[in-house]
Amino acid sequence: MKAFGRLYLCLLIFFLYLPIGVMIAMGFNASPYYQLPFEFSTRWWNELWQNQDLLEAGRNSVIVAVIVTLIATPIGTAGAVALHRREFPGRNFLRVMLLPPIAIPWLITGTAMLVMFYWSGVGRGFHAMLIGHVALAIPYVVLVVSTGLQTIRQDLEEAAMSLGSTPVHAFFRVTLPLLTPSIIGAALFAFAVSLDQFVISYFLATPGYTTLPVKIYSAIRKGFTPDINIISTVLLLASMALVLVYAVFSKFGAGNVRR
Amino acid sequence: MSAGPATTAPALKMGGRRLPPWVATTALLLPAYGWLLIAIFLPLGAMFLFSFMTATPIGNKEIGYTLDQYKIFFTQPYMWQVASWTFQIAFATTLICALAGFLAALALARSGLGRSQWIFLILILLPFWTNGLVRIFSWTMVIREGGFLDAVVQFVLPEAGSVGFLYSRPAIVLGLVHGYLPYMVLTCYIAISTIDDAIVEAAESLGARWWTVLGRILIPMAAPGLIAGSVLIFVPVVGAFMEPRILGGPQGVTLGTVIEDSFTQGFNWPQGAALSFMLLAVVLAIFATFSGVLRRNAQW
Repeated sequence: MKAFGRLYLCLLIFFLYLPIGVMIAMGFNASPYYQLPFEFSTRWWNELWQNQDLLEAGRNSVIVAVIVTLIATPIGTAGAVALHRREFPGRNFLRVMLLPPIAIPWLITGTAMLVMFYWSGVGRGFHAMLIGHVALAIPYVVLVVSTGLQTIRQDLEEAAMSLGSTPVHAFFRVTLPLLTPSIIGAALFAFAVSLDQFVISYFLATPGYTTLPVKIYSAIRKGFTPDINIISTVLLLASMALVLVYAVFSKFGAGNVRR
Repeated sequence: MSAGPATTAPALKMGGRRLPPWVATTALLLPAYGWLLIAIFLPLGAMFLFSFMTATPIGNKEIGYTLDQYKIFFTQPYMWQVASWTFQIAFATTLICALAGFLAALALARSGLGRSQWIFLILILLPFWTNGLVRIFSWTMVIREGGFLDAVVQFVLPEAGSVGFLYSRPAIVLGLVHGYLPYMVLTCYIAISTIDDAIVEAAESLGARWWTVLGRILIPMAAPGLIAGSVLIFVPVVGAFMEPRILGGPQGVTLGTVIEDSFTQGFNWPQGAALSFMLLAVVLAIFATFSGVLRRNAQW
């Protein structure tokens, strides 16, 4: 029974990684029509560096993700601190209001943003994407930082205050250093949310300004060559690296509390 | 809006000195919720208004208000077919994920894996945090005619024809299952890992066979995880448009692709807005029905 369980898990993991492996391998196959048998070639890797459109979309993706991280992390952290450390009426309502951006299908949120931004004159493109991505990232930052706050004892701050520290001083000198791993984790999360975001970007992109997932989508629909596989592989490995770094940081945070 | 993050720190300082505490609380909350209001809730409101318009208000067109957009299911009976396909795909995906995910969670928690449980769990969850579009795209390499699957089949049986099934509804379900299965594994694993081994051992020592243990202990106790996972999968799947578009081709007409088309191709925004709102109503009804179970699973 136990051997069967392990076999099943291995099959499941094989199923999860099979298409990803095939896609990566096909980026190193010489045929532009993805024909088999496989013939190794780095041709598409070289082609990618000629494809200015794809490279620019990739650059846009990274720039948007960095700015989104810089905006969403402090805003979300402030929100998490208020929701977690302060008593006020309507707190539960505000907590529930974090869920719609996560739970409502992005198709609905994305088209709603398109309607609103077009109508109000905000328009589409870089700034519209920024507004949309930050809104999606904030709830995740709040959730991750809140989880961190739960593990930090509030009486440490109270102890500091009883020794004459002001609340602000106590927060910045006691809670914030303990919270740093969670905040870094939240920032990585926000970066990943923005980098991988396709649906919102798709509705807010303009022909002149796109991000990588939008470019990949239009390539898939209009015809493509294996350089798409190469850039997809890069994007995939980047998100995997982010998640692994996040896992390390959240572990580091947990270790910090026990000490 | 850009002033948001800058305003929080000074306000905090004032809260510590003279101002009443609600000022600091508001200053901490305002940037986050102001942003959500402007970027999420106002747009949803705007779209609701749009769904009653007679035409897209661009240029100098006369705009009237009407309920006609919500009558699409009566004026275009074809939409019933589209809705039925969408829900069939969503039910099939959820059911397959529930079966495969529950078994995976059971295997993870009860195969005596010890510490390597975490390695398996991370391996299962890792693809989930990567780009969904890229993962859907990767399936086209496998299941297209002359793709990887065909190459494997023809290696074993050189005479066999193509088994590629890209551009079909099973292909859509396959891609969606691949995309959302880790959700179910996670929610079921959380539920099953709280089950005390002693309960199972007690049942076994009293003579319960494995199917009794499964049916009377494991499944009922894992039910919150199964339900939460099902809701978290069903909801995004009914709103999916990229997956049916890429893997379904001409077969991939769903509510999601119809909405996408009315915003990007047909330029009939009021129609798209009305469909989006009907979809949102379904989503909210699902969340309302299962809110009790979901809340027990959530952190807060």
